[in-house]
Amino acid sequence: MTPVIETRNLVKQFRIADGFLWRRPKRLMAVDHVSLMVRRGETLGLVGESGSGKSTVGNCLLRLLKANSGRVLFNGQDILSMKESDFHRIRGKLQVVFQDPQSSLDPRMTVQKIVGYPLRLQQGITGRSLEDRVMAVLKDVGLQQEHVDRYPHEFSGGQRQRIGIARALITGPEFIVFDEPTSALDVSVQAQILNLIGGLQKAHGYTYLFISHDLAVVRHISSRIAVMYLGSVVEASPKRQFFSNPCHPYTKALIASVPRPDPLHRQNLAILHGDVPSPLHIPTGCRFHPRCPEVMAICRKTPPPHVAVGNDHWVDCHLYT
Amino acid sequence: MKPKTNLHPKWRELKLTGRLLRSNPTAMAGLIILVAMGLMALCAGWLAPYDPIKLSLGERLQPPGAVHWFGTDEMGRDILSRVMFGARISLRIGFVVICIAGGLGSVIGAVAGYYGGRVDNIIMRVMDVILSFPSLVLAMALAAAMGPSLNNAIMAVAFVMIPKFARLVRGEALSVKEMPFIAAARVSGARNRWIIAHHILPNCLNSVIVLGTLTLGDTILIAASLSFIGLGAQPPTPEWGAMISVGRKFLLDQWWYATFPGLFILTTVIGFNILGDALRDILDPRIRR
Repeated sequence: MTPVIETRNLVKQFRIADGFLWRRPKRLMAVDHVSLMVRRGETLGLVGESGSGKSTVGNCLLRLLKANSGRVLFNGQDILSMKESDFHRIRGKLQVVFQDPQSSLDPRMTVQKIVGYPLRLQQGITGRSLEDRVMAVLKDVGLQQEHVDRYPHEFSGGQRQRIGIARALITGPEFIVFDEPTSALDVSVQAQILNLIGGLQKAHGYTYLFISHDLAVVRHISSRIAVMYLGSVVEASPKRQFFSNPCHPYTKALIASVPRPDPLHRQNLAILHGDVPSPLHIPTGCRFHPRCPEVMAICRKTPPPHVAVGNDHWVDCHLYT
Repeated sequence: MKPKTNLHPKWRELKLTGRLLRSNPTAMAGLIILVAMGLMALCAGWLAPYDPIKLSLGERLQPPGAVHWFGTDEMGRDILSRVMFGARISLRIGFVVICIAGGLGSVIGAVAGYYGGRVDNIIMRVMDVILSFPSLVLAMALAAAMGPSLNNAIMAVAFVMIPKFARLVRGEALSVKEMPFIAAARVSGARNRWIIAHHILPNCLNSVIVLGTLTLGDTILIAASLSFIGLGAQPPTPEWGAMISVGRKFLLDQWWYATFPGLFILTTVIGFNILGDALRDILDPRIRR
């Protein structure tokens, strides 16, 4: 299967303090040489703690943030070097659903306007035909006809997220980034939204990048999973192997930290000690070494290699060389 | 289907604002004062018992009484009629100034806040320079430089008011532009100018309305002050500030001359201020429902 979207050595730094006279500007390494790819029709789950850079990757893919270096290939075309006007033409193929359905919908626009917005701006469709398209996509996400003239605040969280999904779908995208779409929702609504997202993929063959910190959610929806730690991907594997044969010590710790609903299985949940180091001072060698239970001498000095440990299963760790 | 879905959504929001206004006694008090002032200004031609500029030297400086409720001035003109016609000018100045200053100031502020960086720095430093003068003094200097006339006074006051709106909207724009719906608009294909016009400005509108209502009072005061020193409305135009200016000479013996226009300025300014205060609460989406 060919990748729909692929990143190659994507780097994003944030300047968090300006240089002034002798003071050098401070840079925060949010995304450090990330290479990922998502194949057509699959869902890549991107997991990691908050601050690990997973949302930044998503924003760079959509050109919401300007990456410092690296490439993003969409169907083989580099979209980072594209001119704005050229990129405008394929905007509708790359869409996003945000985390907070409340703030990602303009409170002053009606559902009709919000959902029809991408079509209106990209293809200049207005009037009757726009209304018809909006109706059709609202039906797809399980909203009713009478909802179109209402404002976002008149809806529940789950319905708002459906509006956000409808907006992402209306242009007929190939690739959709879901940036923690369920973490602001109640658990019961989460399941509905996840089923909706999965059902849409089955029906239309969309390709997803699903960003989340919730392993249970990612397990439900993904076909492959990649783990990020401090701005870099440490392991990527198909879902089954991810849970049955985790290789990177960080992945193992993540999986072990999910509480199991089994009273006979008492475990100490604090598997990792210490906090995530500041992305301003990324540790030398392997960035995970200060917290790694299996740390070796080489980990402190040399960055880990990219090792294939199985079919389609990659890990960045010295343990497997 | 509920009947409310038949209404256009914009109307429903307006109706809600109306309902909140009605249930807020202070807001209603301000609104009633202002509507009364507005009606008085509009219907001055019918309501006023006398011609506001017709001289009748036989009735100079009459005290308030049954014939002339507010008395007459040194030319024998009826002060009640002059006050009524004066409302037209004062309110017109107020609205025109707020429209110009609010419009320009909002756009300037939105551009500064949205683009940030150097654009923001340059624009806001210019605004700071304007703000660093006391607004009345700057308006006086400008009006004097352009020459005494009502239109010049309006432009001078509007210029002085621009930074107030620019600062407010810039602050709002700084927070609005970080909202995810702005990112969503960009993913939908919106360009910067479009985003400013269709997302940033509309989301600042409520604050602009509130500030506009609150500064309307100030504006009327400054405009009256300009007329008071002879830079605004020119005689024989019945303007409140200009009337006080002349009436001041007679204040000890003919108290009514300066007092009645002064009372009207006071009432109007208070009306705008309490309405503005109440609107701030009513239009705040966080405490709206």
